[in-house]
Amino acid sequence: METVLKIYPVLLMGAAVTLQITVISVSIGCVVGLFAGLARLSKSRIVRTVGTCYVDFFRGTPLYVQLLLVYFGFPQLINEVQHWLIASYGMPQLVHNFVFNEWTAAIITCSLNSGAYIAEIFRAGVQSIERGQMEAARSLGMSHVLAMRYVILPQAFKRVIPPLGNEFIAMLKDTSILAAIGFVELNRRGQLIVAEIYDPFPIFFTVALMYLAMTLTFSRLVDWLERRLKTDDRG
Amino acid sequence: MIEVKHLTKSFGSLEVLKGIHCRISEGEVVCMIGASGSGKSTFLRCLNMLEKPTGGEIHIDGVSVTDPKVDINKVRQKTGMVFQLFNLFPHKTALENVTLAPAKVLKMPPKEAEERGRVLLTKVGLSEKADVYPGQLSGGQQQRVAIARALAMQPKVMLFDEPTSSLDPEMVGEVLAVMKDLAREGMTMAVVTHEMGFAREVADRVLFLDDGLIAEEGTPQEVFGNPQGQRTKSFLSKIL
Ligand SMILES: Nc1ncnc2c1ncn2[C@@H]1O[C@H](COP(=O)(O)OP(=O)(O)OP(=O)(O)O)[C@@H](O)[C@H]1O
Ligand SMILES: [Mg+2]
Repeated sequence: METVLKIYPVLLMGAAVTLQITVISVSIGCVVGLFAGLARLSKSRIVRTVGTCYVDFFRGTPLYVQLLLVYFGFPQLINEVQHWLIASYGMPQLVHNFVFNEWTAAIITCSLNSGAYIAEIFRAGVQSIERGQMEAARSLGMSHVLAMRYVILPQAFKRVIPPLGNEFIAMLKDTSILAAIGFVELNRRGQLIVAEIYDPFPIFFTVALMYLAMTLTFSRLVDWLERRLKTDDRG
Repeated sequence: MIEVKHLTKSFGSLEVLKGIHCRISEGEVVCMIGASGSGKSTFLRCLNMLEKPTGGEIHIDGVSVTDPKVDINKVRQKTGMVFQLFNLFPHKTALENVTLAPAKVLKMPPKEAEERGRVLLTKVGLSEKADVYPGQLSGGQQQRVAIARALAMQPKVMLFDEPTSSLDPEMVGEVLAVMKDLAREGMTMAVVTHEMGFAREVADRVLFLDDGLIAEEGTPQEVFGNPQGQRTKSFLSKIL
């Protein structure tokens, strides 16, 4: 009990980082996901394929592997490409031994990962809007883009709020994987403390409870939003 | 106003329109009748390119609609469409439904768009419902808002696809009344309907569609009173 009281503020700081990284990643993921989701619905086959490849890759591979790929793999790729450009084309050197810091790698990985899931959420949301809505808008002379922007998306956004909330909760838990590259969030904080004062049960249990407190809070929030949207008779 | 030459439309191997010829002149009200699946909706939807015709030509107000180079959004501004299921925008108030297209497509200043919107809502008898969302309106009221919405783009032609067939019987009258007003004001109208009373009273011409072709046409008196074809007779005997 004593240890818990002592480590409590330190873990809380970790929880704050977890929350922060989740909010940032899911926000970026929303933007990425909107475009990727619309790309999946595009009339152009190439655009559709690009969207599908992105979504399939990030939904079909483990977040852990994606993290390693971004953190270790991507810098190597950049350095080797630069090396090759210098050797073959005499390009001046732009960066000296490019590396990602943990924070950047964490944001990039989590954003791309949640973007892929959110793309599917948006795509489903847009497809759930009755075909007549698009037809009515187009029959008034609105372009496809105008119709999307003022008729389809505003209705779709409302329908995707609950699944977006669930994606947020899932990402909040998944950020615990970031500990693997030494990014100090809640899980990593716990590990560091355990390494220092060997007392694993109370520490990891507290870590678990902190995750639980966050996920429960957000799932209540999502439930409440869902209920509010349902009773909203604007349709 | 509308000229259709040998219009064909297939969905895959299903040939729905098999060569439609027809002219609708300015101010004319044409009603289309025909059995379910005869291609009435498809024909109407081809007129504003909601369905892309497989073959043939359509000219509206002198513009070839089927020409790939033509700006279809411009053409659609001339053809207002009213749907069987209203298709109002549920996240917008009645007034916003009416003003959206003028504001975004014609870039009309908000004040002017609102003014026009209120005039149109008054015209369809719903001035007091301006700030109400479609979900809170009855079917008949929703369809009247939909008519106002289509009129807001000041179309040259109005296309109606069974505008009253999803309404409760007591609401049919109010929608037909609005349509009669429009006809009286000289609007060019193409109306798919099974309201024979309306067709008799308002239509200048009735087209009977059968299996993707115009099987019979004439004044309402001719078509209803003295149908020529066997198919027309049997269809009319079923619905009259
Ligand atoms: N998008 C589509 N894809 C495939 N077939 C279609 C499509 N739209 C219509 N059809 C078919 O075309 C035929 C004509 O349909 P259409 O809706 O034009 O008939 P209609 O005369 O309007 O009938 P109703 O009185 O039932 O509205 C039907 O057999 C229908 O199944
Ligand atoms: Mg139909």
